[in-house]
Amino acid sequence: MSVEASALYDIPGPKALARHRTYGLIATVVLLGVLAWVIYKLIDTDQFASDKWAPFEYVGVQKLLLRGLWHTIQVFAWAAVLSLAFGAFFAAGRLSDHRVIRWLAGLVVEFFRAMPVLVMIFFIFIAMKVEPRLALIAGLTLYNGSVLAEVFRGGVNAVPKGQSEAAYALGMRKTSVMIHVLIPQAVRTMLPTIISQLVVTLKDTSLGYLISYEEFLYAGKQIATNLDYSLPFIPVVMVIAPIYIGMCMLLSGLARYLESRGRRHQKGT
Amino acid sequence: MNVLLDNFALFREGFVGTVELTLAAGLIAMVVGVLMAGCRVSPVRPMRLIGGVWVTVLRNTPLTLLFFAVVLGLPRFGVVLPFFTLAVLALGCYTSAFICEAVRAGINTVPVGQGEAARSLGMNFGQTLSLIVLPQAMRAVIPPVGSTLIALAKNTAIAGSFSVVELLGTYRTLNELGYDIVVTFMWIAIGYLIITLTISAVFRLLERHLEVTR
Repeated sequence: MSVEASALYDIPGPKALARHRTYGLIATVVLLGVLAWVIYKLIDTDQFASDKWAPFEYVGVQKLLLRGLWHTIQVFAWAAVLSLAFGAFFAAGRLSDHRVIRWLAGLVVEFFRAMPVLVMIFFIFIAMKVEPRLALIAGLTLYNGSVLAEVFRGGVNAVPKGQSEAAYALGMRKTSVMIHVLIPQAVRTMLPTIISQLVVTLKDTSLGYLISYEEFLYAGKQIATNLDYSLPFIPVVMVIAPIYIGMCMLLSGLARYLESRGRRHQKGT
Repeated sequence: MNVLLDNFALFREGFVGTVELTLAAGLIAMVVGVLMAGCRVSPVRPMRLIGGVWVTVLRNTPLTLLFFAVVLGLPRFGVVLPFFTLAVLALGCYTSAFICEAVRAGINTVPVGQGEAARSLGMNFGQTLSLIVLPQAMRAVIPPVGSTLIALAKNTAIAGSFSVVELLGTYRTLNELGYDIVVTFMWIAIGYLIITLTISAVFRLLERHLEVTR
């Protein structure tokens, strides 16, 4: 990596290399210093005390966490499927030939995109008195579905115009052009963006915590606020955060992989 | 109408809280984001690594979890700060990862010849980046940074559930006072629309101001 060419700096000579090594050393020392401070603080505030970690050995607590994780995944799956459907429906509306439909779909999509997703979840939960799980799924669907609708519309519009013209010239109908010509090509370019948006959906399932839906973070909070376990906030974060981050990184990694594969395919043709 | 006029002070307080959160966290996010982007393109490998880890971890952390860790976790750590400061820190760090990626993408859009010309004049990495490349990257960076800041304004709603005064939190008091909840939410929605539309207008102005024909 050190000899990789970049427009921003020359390939370092011996003097520059020595200087870079010094900078690198300083950065490493600072980083290690911060880490050491964190670990010192952890030990200083007794975060590794056995009574704070003991709850994770109880089967009940493990079941609580696993059930929370399962709920998170369920909500994510529902919200993902429903928002894809919502997005497809409203993208079709925005691409319609009829001005009224286009305008209505545009209004819905723009409104839900502009609202904080939490305001929608709270509105559905409190004003419409829906149970937390449905409120969470509905809120996530409205927001992510609207974002996806814009992604779909952009993707279909990005297909070269010659494609649809050629299809019309062959005598295909509007629906058929869409289904057989435009969508298959659009999906390939959109897939990384769609999956990145699903990462957002997965991250936002944790908003269920705020309306006391028993998802993963809420399960963590129930353990963390338990006086019997001497309030193990930090241990809970240390257990939950890697799982959340790991799940999201897996999905992000999939998006990056598809993106690089798409780029390679384009180069190939 | 009554809901707004009767409780104008409450709404104003919440609105100002949301604006303050957005501005303070936005400032932190911009500074940290640009610094981290600098780290990510620097010739020093440990710095590239720090930038990479910062972005990867923060982009894949749910903001609610970050709030949970920072607002509820840090005080157990002996770091006692007001809720507002902690919320700004959480929001700022989270958003900085997205700013960093936007800036890095912007740096990549600057033609290679610019950096090469700067280097041939004898500029070092810091000069090349700050005097030549970043000012030109600005143009490409403005639209994504604008949408990141809009996302930040929307994300401030989460802070309300962690004992910070902001717009969404006003519903709680009004609900207890027995006001019509649907109308309350309508005014809250309008408040957020005002903030997000203002940000997007400002950034559109900036974009037009910096526009050049290439």
